[in-house]
Amino acid sequence: MSTLVLDSASRWFGNVVAVNDVSLTIGPGVTGLLGPNGAGKTTLMAMMAGFLAPSAGHVTLDGKPVWRNTETYRQVGLVPERELSFGYLTGRQFVRANADLHRLPDAAAATERILDVVDMVEPAGRRLDTYSKGMRQRVKIAAALVHDPAVLLLDEPFNGVDPRQRMHLMDLLRRLGDEGRTVLFSSHILEEVERLARHIEVVVSGRHAASGDFGAIRRLMTDRPVRYAIASSADRTLAAALMAEESVRAVSLRTDGLDVEVGDLGSFAASLPALARRHDVTLFELSPSDESLESVFAYLVAR
Amino acid sequence: MNGTIAKLALQALLGRRRFYLLLAFPALLIGLVALVTALVDGDAAYAILPNLGYPLLLPLVAILAASSVLGPEIDDGSIVYLLSKPVNRHAVATSKWVVALGATLVAGALPILVATSMTGDSTRAAALFVASAVAGTAYSALFLAISSVNRHAVIASLTFVLIWEGLLGNLFSGVAWLSISQWGLRVGHAISDELPDPANLPWAIGASVVVTAVGVWFAGDRLRSFSLRGED
Repeated sequence: MSTLVLDSASRWFGNVVAVNDVSLTIGPGVTGLLGPNGAGKTTLMAMMAGFLAPSAGHVTLDGKPVWRNTETYRQVGLVPERELSFGYLTGRQFVRANADLHRLPDAAAATERILDVVDMVEPAGRRLDTYSKGMRQRVKIAAALVHDPAVLLLDEPFNGVDPRQRMHLMDLLRRLGDEGRTVLFSSHILEEVERLARHIEVVVSGRHAASGDFGAIRRLMTDRPVRYAIASSADRTLAAALMAEESVRAVSLRTDGLDVEVGDLGSFAASLPALARRHDVTLFELSPSDESLESVFAYLVAR
Repeated sequence: MNGTIAKLALQALLGRRRFYLLLAFPALLIGLVALVTALVDGDAAYAILPNLGYPLLLPLVAILAASSVLGPEIDDGSIVYLLSKPVNRHAVATSKWVVALGATLVAGALPILVATSMTGDSTRAAALFVASAVAGTAYSALFLAISSVNRHAVIASLTFVLIWEGLLGNLFSGVAWLSISQWGLRVGHAISDELPDPANLPWAIGASVVVTAVGVWFAGDRLRSFSLRGED
């Protein structure tokens, strides 16, 4: 059981702030680090893995700083986003090298055991540069797990992995979390995170935007005001009717339709068709105008 | 020193295309010396070695070897796979240096010994070999240190060899005091008078040892502070 703590950690590069005053506690179980691309997830991960000094604040594992502390790696397994460039090694040789670097008493047995865990025994004799993305990802995880670490850090582990292998990886990580390990993975895809993580930390633009179990985060995200563009047979009539609805927060008319800002998505969706029929309005088009993940995150930050 | 790191470094060295370049240089040198020995009378073939083999081939081989064992891994960040382990960073640097040194000796100093021997006189061959071994030791440490800090390590190292040691070294005799190639020659001079006598012997030995030790230590220290940055 290990706990990773960031205490007011910041990191800047020149005058660009990548991580801004983030305080987090990552304990046993699976935690998802969610944020759009460029939010500072990789920078955060690098600081937690001891591969980046915080410009301010502290990053500690069980009370000990991780920067310039190589002993940390006895407890930590790291799966970087970086591609393996050891293409001239076989999967088995690569995992074995990791086991040897940890000076495991029985490196050969540990290698076979972990190859079995990630289901890579059969292709382990092939060179890494013949592997698919998903296989390389699994070998990377095997290499990070070979010394049975209490903490596993994974940076965008599902990027470019096909759906079937993704399922397999998720099962594996869930199992590791259930075993009481501290598993932290980053992702920019909400669905990915909520399928796997019980606890979610959200970072946006280098700031810690939200923290909680996936239900709470999901509610925050779906309950946010959403904007829709509507085209109908009688825009002004519809606008007046919509304004009377509890779920609608704002309506504005355009020349070719209207924009609606909705507070409660569920009741809006349920009431719109009936409302249109009551006022004898035909709906031609209803489309969300800000469904992008960035707008979801922007809302969380502005909240 | 860490056997696994050294093994991986050797595999990295042999597994890359640069390896063929590393083979081509000594082959060219020996071929050239063999050709000139066969075609030209007198000692013309020997002149190739102190003028081309020693001051150019040896540092080039050292640059290739030192940058191959460290440079690419730092450039593409894959060195995190080695560094996310409870392994002393100085042991990592030392292991990589040993491999680079081995390659420099095999592909640099040894061919110089072979080529010099082909021109007769085994004493001066031994002297030039010792000079190459001394310089190769210091070169590989220096270039490893440069590879640990500079993305353009090959260019920076070449600049040192060509501009500082080559161009300025020929213009100003004082540069000999701060030139790895001259230190090597001075040590070789102790064996055969045919090698020049720049600087003095204790200085040449001391300076080579210091550059080697500081170079390897520095590379290890940079690895302790190795930072992983995002793609952006």
